[in-house]
Amino acid sequence: MIVSLKWLREYVDFSLSAEELTHRLTMVGLEIEGYHSLYPNLDKVITGRVESVRPHPSADRLKVCRVFDGNRTYSVVCGAPNVRDGAVVALALPGAELPGGMDLGETTIRGELSQGMLCSMKELEMGEDAAGIWLLPPDTPLGIPIDKAARVDDTIIEVSVTPNRGDCLSVIGIAREIAAITGRPLQYPRITLQETGPPVSSLSSVTIEDPDGCPRYAARIVEGIKVGPSPGWLKSRLESVGLRSINNIVDVTNYVLMELGQPLHAFDFDRLRENRIVVRKAFGGERFTTLDGTERELFDDTLLICDGVGPVAIAGIMGGLNSEIESETTRVLIESAYFQPRSIRRTSKKLGLRTESSYRFERGVDPEGVIRAVDRAAQLMFEVGGGSIARGIIDVYPSPVSMPAIIMRVDRVNRFLGIELKASEAADILRSIEMQVEELDGGLLRVVPPAFRADITREVDLSEEIARLAGYDRIPVTYPKAGLQAASVDLHLKTREEVKFALQGAGFYEVLNYSFISTGALKKLRYTPEDMRLQPVCIMNPLSEELEVMRTTLLPGILNAVRFNLDRRNEDLRIFELSKVFLPRADELLPEEPHHLAGAMTGKRFPQLLYGGEDEVDYTDVKGVVEMILGLFNVEQVLYSGEELPPYLDSACAASLYCSGSHVGALGRLHPGVEESFDFKKPVYVFRLDFEKLYAMRRPRSLFKSLPKFPSVVRDMALIADEDLAVGTLLDFIWKQKEPLIEQVDVFDIYKSRQLGEGKRSIGYRLVYRAPDRSLTDEEVNEMHLRLVNNVLNTFDVSLR
Amino acid sequence: MEEAVRKLLDLASKGIAESRDDRRALEQLKVRLLGRKGELAALFKNLGKVSEADRPLVGKILNDAKVSLEKMLAEALEESREQSIRRRKRFDVTVPGRMPLRGRLHPITQTALEISRIFNWLGFETVEGPEVELDYYNFEALNMPKDHPARDMQDTFYVSEDVVLRTHTSPLQVRVMEKRRPPIRVIAPGRTYRCDSDVTHTPMFHQVEGLMVGEDISFGDLKGILTIFVHQMFGPDVDLRFRPSFFPFTEPSAEVDIRCVMCRGGGCRVCSQTGWLEILGSGMVDPEVFKMVGYDPETVTGFAFGMGIERIAMLKFGIDDLRLFFENDLRFLMQF
Repeated sequence: MIVSLKWLREYVDFSLSAEELTHRLTMVGLEIEGYHSLYPNLDKVITGRVESVRPHPSADRLKVCRVFDGNRTYSVVCGAPNVRDGAVVALALPGAELPGGMDLGETTIRGELSQGMLCSMKELEMGEDAAGIWLLPPDTPLGIPIDKAARVDDTIIEVSVTPNRGDCLSVIGIAREIAAITGRPLQYPRITLQETGPPVSSLSSVTIEDPDGCPRYAARIVEGIKVGPSPGWLKSRLESVGLRSINNIVDVTNYVLMELGQPLHAFDFDRLRENRIVVRKAFGGERFTTLDGTERELFDDTLLICDGVGPVAIAGIMGGLNSEIESETTRVLIESAYFQPRSIRRTSKKLGLRTESSYRFERGVDPEGVIRAVDRAAQLMFEVGGGSIARGIIDVYPSPVSMPAIIMRVDRVNRFLGIELKASEAADILRSIEMQVEELDGGLLRVVPPAFRADITREVDLSEEIARLAGYDRIPVTYPKAGLQAASVDLHLKTREEVKFALQGAGFYEVLNYSFISTGALKKLRYTPEDMRLQPVCIMNPLSEELEVMRTTLLPGILNAVRFNLDRRNEDLRIFELSKVFLPRADELLPEEPHHLAGAMTGKRFPQLLYGGEDEVDYTDVKGVVEMILGLFNVEQVLYSGEELPPYLDSACAASLYCSGSHVGALGRLHPGVEESFDFKKPVYVFRLDFEKLYAMRRPRSLFKSLPKFPSVVRDMALIADEDLAVGTLLDFIWKQKEPLIEQVDVFDIYKSRQLGEGKRSIGYRLVYRAPDRSLTDEEVNEMHLRLVNNVLNTFDVSLR
Repeated sequence: MEEAVRKLLDLASKGIAESRDDRRALEQLKVRLLGRKGELAALFKNLGKVSEADRPLVGKILNDAKVSLEKMLAEALEESREQSIRRRKRFDVTVPGRMPLRGRLHPITQTALEISRIFNWLGFETVEGPEVELDYYNFEALNMPKDHPARDMQDTFYVSEDVVLRTHTSPLQVRVMEKRRPPIRVIAPGRTYRCDSDVTHTPMFHQVEGLMVGEDISFGDLKGILTIFVHQMFGPDVDLRFRPSFFPFTEPSAEVDIRCVMCRGGGCRVCSQTGWLEILGSGMVDPEVFKMVGYDPETVTGFAFGMGIERIAMLKFGIDDLRLFFENDLRFLMQF
């Protein structure tokens, strides 16, 4: 809502500066988004008096003037025919930015210094006159800003009005708040009508067929009017608040809309068939062309203003072409009505048509204000368009809106707010915004809010009014008197934090991707058409194709983040995301929202330039990360296998992950097809874990085991085996021997060489033996180890190195 | 005996002088003179042969000799160690350190953790809820029936007529109150969505919701708790103000502004020259919301608040472009 200070001052006399006013209004709940001078660019255009004029020595049409601003004298070259000695003129100084976009500087024109420019009204956009420079009255003070000198200086403030405060969508509404803040009286516009026309009831009638949708409809008629341009005051008033002038009649309706907040409509009365108004609902499928020239199909709940034959306006939203004011119009019917907010809002949404009118009706206008508004409009139309106002008013108001009386318990409100106000103070505050207040016994107030405050129906609503007008800063800071209560810890959340911290410690950066992705992104992962991940939750009104479905996997986001970083030459990447995916459920309105964990690695293993070397990450790096995370969950029976690999992984270098027989994720190198579709030039390794499954399988951390009291003995076993024999197979085999004194088994090297032969490799296992109660002897250990080695040799096709 | 001692001391001085730089020789000398089978020990052995009358005096001479020998050799050894350090080539201490790998949590995560820490510490429990939410919880139960103009304040992504992407974390207020009885103290961090994308809006963002319900919780208490929060989050000397506003599910409602952390109130681009920064919305829970969950507004009162994590993070870290949060540029992520 844009208002001007000058306009506000017509209704309330206040002396606050724009800055103070901004602060005070903001602190009562009318946030001021900004304020500026009506002519913000004209601060370097000031008044000056022409002291002398002499012809320009080398240009016939130009003159060189001496201009005095009350302080110093400027030399200005001017070509205007009307410049003369003693004239008070508008002098634009160097640095001024003129409305046309011209930046003024000191210059020399054909050898004569020019320290500014004398302006016409047109050049300053303060009038139409372009014939010569602007001559101001000779008694105008010198050296003052031109807008001030012309008495058009004004400050425009932009008020952000919350949806509950429809009453503040008008100059009078904001003036009312200023009156409450400053304690000054609010002055409604004085309306005097000369009703010289015939009785209005002899000219027209109004029938309301839908009193729910239209509780009140009032009309006046002005005859013999002359449609034409608006006078300057009306034009500039409207322009000051950002409205364009159309013609005097329409401008009056807009003026009253801004002034009183009551949307009006002016019909060409002679174009209303049967000269009457009927308010009714549309028939489904009915069509109508609105003022903007669009033919619209109406719904059966669209409220219409009709004449004796058919629609002439969509109630509260927009008038029709068929009854528009035209230059030949002589008789005008002014509509001032109260429409039901919900109905207007629904229609406006359905039609996709929002206007200044609908905006106000859907927030609730003042049902008791319609008469003032129609009177005001008739008065102004008569003033700017002449003619005569028909006698009387049509006012159809079948069931007047009654405002509830609210009983307010002063003590309760004080306790609720944490403030101590006397009943009389509270009453005064409420009266300052036009509430009727009666002080009852027992600390009670009986309050009847004005009709324009439909938002106030309960005690709590009154407490808000009291709090904001008393000032939130008057309410002391207190602390709740609540029992000590330890916040219980959400283990799921805490576990997620632990995983994130562990990954951070392992050199991973956490990324956050949008929860919505494109279906194309899923297809890039090579899922088969029947895969459930291709059946995502879809958004009905997505911002773009890129953000049209809720993600069913974190990988598209992860891979996009890799791509984004590679494009910025961030080439050594370790990133992860631990967040929700969205999986639709049959028979449920809401999808399942499990947490997943996914990450990617690519580039150097050790990125530090000096020490890092050339090693690049590979499968073992990503597996190490997965093992670290599994360690946090302390899960059992971990299996890395080639079964059930996801389609986006390279089956030659990837594994599915099982814990206790259940599939919990996958890891490995991206499928070459996926690498290609993301244009990755280097291998990218990814992991994906189902956080929920791991969380469900987690086991408590083992208790502390006493440190061993006796030394361990180490024995190595180096085997030459077929390349196809998995390292893990032998590890499992060793553990399965159930040799109680084996404490640990590690792999200490894996290598291939020509000596070993084609298809062979050497694997070194290191076994650690220890007894809890004694030092082991060499003989004992040798015996155990030999038994184990023999078992291995007998079971597998391997030989000792 | 005295003669023998003198010779021994001479021998020591000479030996030290000869092998000043030779640590090994000094160690050997030490063994030869002071060792268990060394020359001084041999002299001590002879002490028994000295007459009983002379024995105290001779004993003292031997002991003094031992003390001086130990001192001489210790000094010599120390000196030779220093010498050898001085002789070694000095390592170039300016070469870069070998950095261990270290990642970072996203600044949004860090900020959310910090906010949670403050409220957990005040006894608020962290709870979470669905991001794809019923229209009922997102709007209706929060006193925003269909056709309510306040719905315009939040551009909504729809999944179906009755299902939306939650536009705020406030549905958690209702979900929590439906399940529990007062007293309630919870916060709910999470992702939220609005159909809006420009320089100052991303279609997904993060909020933290807070709710405290009990007997006789007042607007003054709301001011108290949020003042503690602001002082914990931004420092104890940061001014704040409570400004009337409107949310359909609180009454009275208040926006909380803090003194601009960039210009300290002087006015700058970040605070649009106002000196104040809006950081959160709050208010007393509207009785209609209590009625929706079956609480009696006559016996319980409470307050709720909500804040944008991005906003807080931008102020905390001085980030000037919202979109950076979701680009995941490593050069950005590395800085936190």
